[in-house]
Amino acid sequence: MTTLTHTKRQRQTRKKLDERPGGIGHTPFSYFWLIILALFAGLPIFVLLFNSVKSGLELGLNPLGFPKVLDWSNYVTAWNQGNLGQGLLNSLILVTGTIIGVWICAGMAAYTIARLDLPFKRGFSNYFFIVISLPVQLFLVPLFFLWTKVGLVDTLPGLMIIYIAVNTPFATLLLRTFLVGIPRELDEAARIDGASEWQTATQVILPLATPGFLTVGLIVGLSAYNELFFAVIFISSPSKLPIATAFLSFSQGFTQQYGLVNAAGVIMIIPVVVLFLLMQRRFISGLATGGLKG
Amino acid sequence: MTGAAGYGEGDPSLDQKMLPPRKSRTRRRRRLVAFAFLIPALVINLLVIGGPGIGSFYYAFTNWNGFTTPKFTGLDNFFTLLGDQDFWNAIAHNFIYMAIFLTVPLFMGLVGAFMLSRIRRGASLFRVLFFIPYLIASVVNAQIWKNLLDPTGGLAAQLDKIGIHWLDNIFFFGDSHLALYSVAFVDNWHFWGFLVILFMAAMQGVDASRFEAARIDGANAWQEFWHIALPGIRPTLMFALMIISLWSLLAFDYAYVLTGGGPAGSSDLVSLLVNRTAFGSLEAGYAAFMALALSLLGGIFLVIFAIIRRNEDETN
Repeated sequence: MTTLTHTKRQRQTRKKLDERPGGIGHTPFSYFWLIILALFAGLPIFVLLFNSVKSGLELGLNPLGFPKVLDWSNYVTAWNQGNLGQGLLNSLILVTGTIIGVWICAGMAAYTIARLDLPFKRGFSNYFFIVISLPVQLFLVPLFFLWTKVGLVDTLPGLMIIYIAVNTPFATLLLRTFLVGIPRELDEAARIDGASEWQTATQVILPLATPGFLTVGLIVGLSAYNELFFAVIFISSPSKLPIATAFLSFSQGFTQQYGLVNAAGVIMIIPVVVLFLLMQRRFISGLATGGLKG
Repeated sequence: MTGAAGYGEGDPSLDQKMLPPRKSRTRRRRRLVAFAFLIPALVINLLVIGGPGIGSFYYAFTNWNGFTTPKFTGLDNFFTLLGDQDFWNAIAHNFIYMAIFLTVPLFMGLVGAFMLSRIRRGASLFRVLFFIPYLIASVVNAQIWKNLLDPTGGLAAQLDKIGIHWLDNIFFFGDSHLALYSVAFVDNWHFWGFLVILFMAAMQGVDASRFEAARIDGANAWQEFWHIALPGIRPTLMFALMIISLWSLLAFDYAYVLTGGGPAGSSDLVSLLVNRTAFGSLEAGYAAFMALALSLLGGIFLVIFAIIRRNEDETN
């Protein structure tokens, strides 16, 4: 009796194990819900693309569907009137500066926390942990008037410094996990060979930590490109607006002209989406492990 | 990784044994160098976050307007806040926002992640699709939904074509009964994919043999989810609850772009109010107090979560 139930059970088990992780035919329920969710996530983006190539007339006749005639003039008008070229240039400056700044600040801090003989190591590490969870509201108001006083309000470097500062703590902790994984014998050997701390850091360890730096660069760059809160508050001159606020003011000037504003939106998201599709694995793992802020 | 971490901490006793005679001088020099590496991060941090953050504690108790010398006014700002209808209106909305975000995206994220963990083919395609809205800037996401939910264009107009007029006069962002929920809906559309990725990474870390054991015992999908997957990602789940709670207090982008807090304050959030108070009406001292109150509330959440975590660690 027991053997019988046992074999029966085993057979059932094998059947279950076979059918579980399989093709579409084996898990229709999962696929059904995943497709619903994918449509929910994806369809609105397709509408953005479709409507960006529709004339005003076609938008009225065909508000959501695939465009019948591809009318690219929205892109030309949006580019000429929306100050988007300047916005993209400003954002490029901001993103590049922020990434480099974070690499320097967080790279050095992570290096010393992970590998050097730093006094109060735990204290510094904890400080960064606490700073990550501090709400921006806590320092926003005094920061704005401090920046006004020193002339950094309404300048790109002023905004850049803020981005570097708010991104450095989490980047430090992320880079630290990369750096502690590098064998310690390497820098011992470099030191015995007479390398200075700086040479050890830049010529031995840095090349090995490149994947970590790349991940940090992507996350930080993305957040600087999309950032709105500080950009709205700290930048007001039209010629200095980064792309996010340039797009915002364009969309506020042309409400309900969806073709035109959607074209500007597509222009803004193309760099991000292309970069993401090229490096999705790094993006996703980076954001799942380290992009735990904003 | 953990082994390397332990080794990487730098064992001082080892150094002492290796360099007995010049131990203290070398050590001090090495510590100075180590500290020097920290200087850029520390300086920029104190300049932007540390200094102004501490400044907040002082300005919050003054009538500062941002430019003249602040005058200490004791608890005046506190009493103003107690009677400030706008603040209580906004913070109530933050709590509604939080209630929505602690349920809807969490549910969608868990469902998405669990379903993804069960399929073999196409998982990476779904993952990319779910994740794209999270990458797109809030200003563009807001534009997408402004278009879709426009009462004369978008979904309403498309439905008109086939004779359905349900959405004709619904102003999702202009109706004071709907504005807050519409804003939260768009924000959620952008956010839930992030939770899928977060939970999926956590579920991959759950010991596969536990799923197998459950399957051998004849567990169905729901039982696998409830008894294995969910307890397996418990730390990540707690973490998600914590960051959602904190972010809900600070939510800014979507309300700012879609409604500006309107109509008539019906979708106002504290971040927007602080922004208007500090830089619009130049009541910097009072705005600092408001922001401080909000930060303290966030701090209370952090402490609560820390206590829960500690209790869990002890029971386990």
